[in-house]
Amino acid sequence: MPLIEVEGVGHVYGAGAAARTVLADVTVTLSEQRVGVIGANGSGKSTFARLLNGLVLPTSGRVRVDGLDTRSQGRGVRRLVGFCFTDPDAQIVMPTVAEDVAFGLRRRGVPKDEVAARVASVLAAYGLDGHADHPAHLLSGGQKQLLALASVMVTEPAVLVMDEPTTLLDLRNAARIAEVVAGLPEQVLLVTHHLDLLDDFDRVLVFDEGRLVCDDAPGAAVAHYRSLMAATP
Amino acid sequence: MTPLGLFLPGTSPLHRAPAGLKLLGLVAAGVVSVLLDEPWQVLVALGVVTVLYGVAGISLRVAVAQVRPLLWIALGTAVFHVLVNGPARAFVVVGVLAVLVLLAALVTLSTRTTDLVDAIVAVCRPLRRVGVDPDRVGLLLALGIRCVPVVVGLAQEVRDAQRARGLGASPRAFVVPLIVRSLRHADALGEALVARGAEDPVPDEG
Ligand SMILES: Nc1ncnc2c1ncn2[C@@H]1O[C@H](COP(=O)(O)OP(=O)(O)OP(=O)(O)O)[C@@H](O)[C@H]1O
Ligand SMILES: [Mg+2]
Repeated sequence: MPLIEVEGVGHVYGAGAAARTVLADVTVTLSEQRVGVIGANGSGKSTFARLLNGLVLPTSGRVRVDGLDTRSQGRGVRRLVGFCFTDPDAQIVMPTVAEDVAFGLRRRGVPKDEVAARVASVLAAYGLDGHADHPAHLLSGGQKQLLALASVMVTEPAVLVMDEPTTLLDLRNAARIAEVVAGLPEQVLLVTHHLDLLDDFDRVLVFDEGRLVCDDAPGAAVAHYRSLMAATP
Repeated sequence: MTPLGLFLPGTSPLHRAPAGLKLLGLVAAGVVSVLLDEPWQVLVALGVVTVLYGVAGISLRVAVAQVRPLLWIALGTAVFHVLVNGPARAFVVVGVLAVLVLLAALVTLSTRTTDLVDAIVAVCRPLRRVGVDPDRVGLLLALGIRCVPVVVGLAQEVRDAQRARGLGASPRAFVVPLIVRSLRHADALGEALVARGAEDPVPDEG
């Protein structure tokens, strides 16, 4: 598993009077295969997730993935770290299913026949092979999220960061995504409000008002989060 | 429902023809259409279009669906020309319009967006010298096509929300949230594009 090193990271959105500190002094080193991230709305989870592939750069401190600094080697980091967002509609960029899966490969200059072969095998693995030439917007919400995931995984990232990938899905589709993710050999960092998805994770981080307040096994971390939610009005 | 101009997979000669050739054919048809002057010529053109749809194996129902959005414009144009220039002229004008729309639709129905975009990118290559990035143009086109159904979906959501709150058809209460949602979507899309490697320079063969 690649090493994710977050060292003394703080993040401030805006400047001057509008400045808002959303992450403060976060230091953590992650090498486990399954890492969960939980916390209240606005606690900084998404900002933390975006730091890991350089979509957000730290205002202070630094983030490195497999030795690459997100600030100076952003592109290299993004090839290593795949990112899955909450809303599949915003991450599907091509009009049809197969074209969307091919997008990342084409950007990387993979030869045409290899693109076709890899797209076909990924579509089959994600149960989308019957939809290759279908317009993406006619898929169901669950299929769209599967497509988004397939489009990321086809480029073979070493780490997959997911920001609430099941939040917009019904129970069945959420379970389907969870099942697919559970089967991935890659390192996965999952931000979620669906706490049951974290049961067999190796490690869970709890954020509260921009601080990393708990870093433990799932049972203990979820208990900490629950007590936190019970205490604050 | 077959939304306008979406690729219908197939193996016909039209499907297999290079996208560039089809685009060229479309341009040629546009030039020729200017020369169409007599009703019989328009009839022949419509006949050719019908045959082409047959060759592509695309049903008449789908073909008709392509021109349906033009119905009111075509009707208005027809009425205007019947009154001003007579029925023959009206038939020619509306017929040519239908021919061109049907042909354009045929190209998009029988060509993958990626292939269409690649052809346009190839045409734009020489513009690199004047500072145009052909791959940006291609990406923009594909994103545009992808965004049509997304924005239609957003508009539907806004309308539903309006109805749910018992608001009438107030244009302001419709447009403002639609713009807000579209901007939010554009923001998220931009993020996803960066995350998926859109900033990487595209190698020449891919
Ligand atoms: N681009 C931005 N500009 C300004 N403030 C922002 C921006 N993005 C997030 N914030 C603010 O930063 C804080 C942390 O946001 P973040 O999205 O990281 O929280 P979160 O833990 O993911 O919350 P949620 O559970 O609601 O997704 C929030 O108060 C949010 O309003
Ligand atoms: Mg969030």
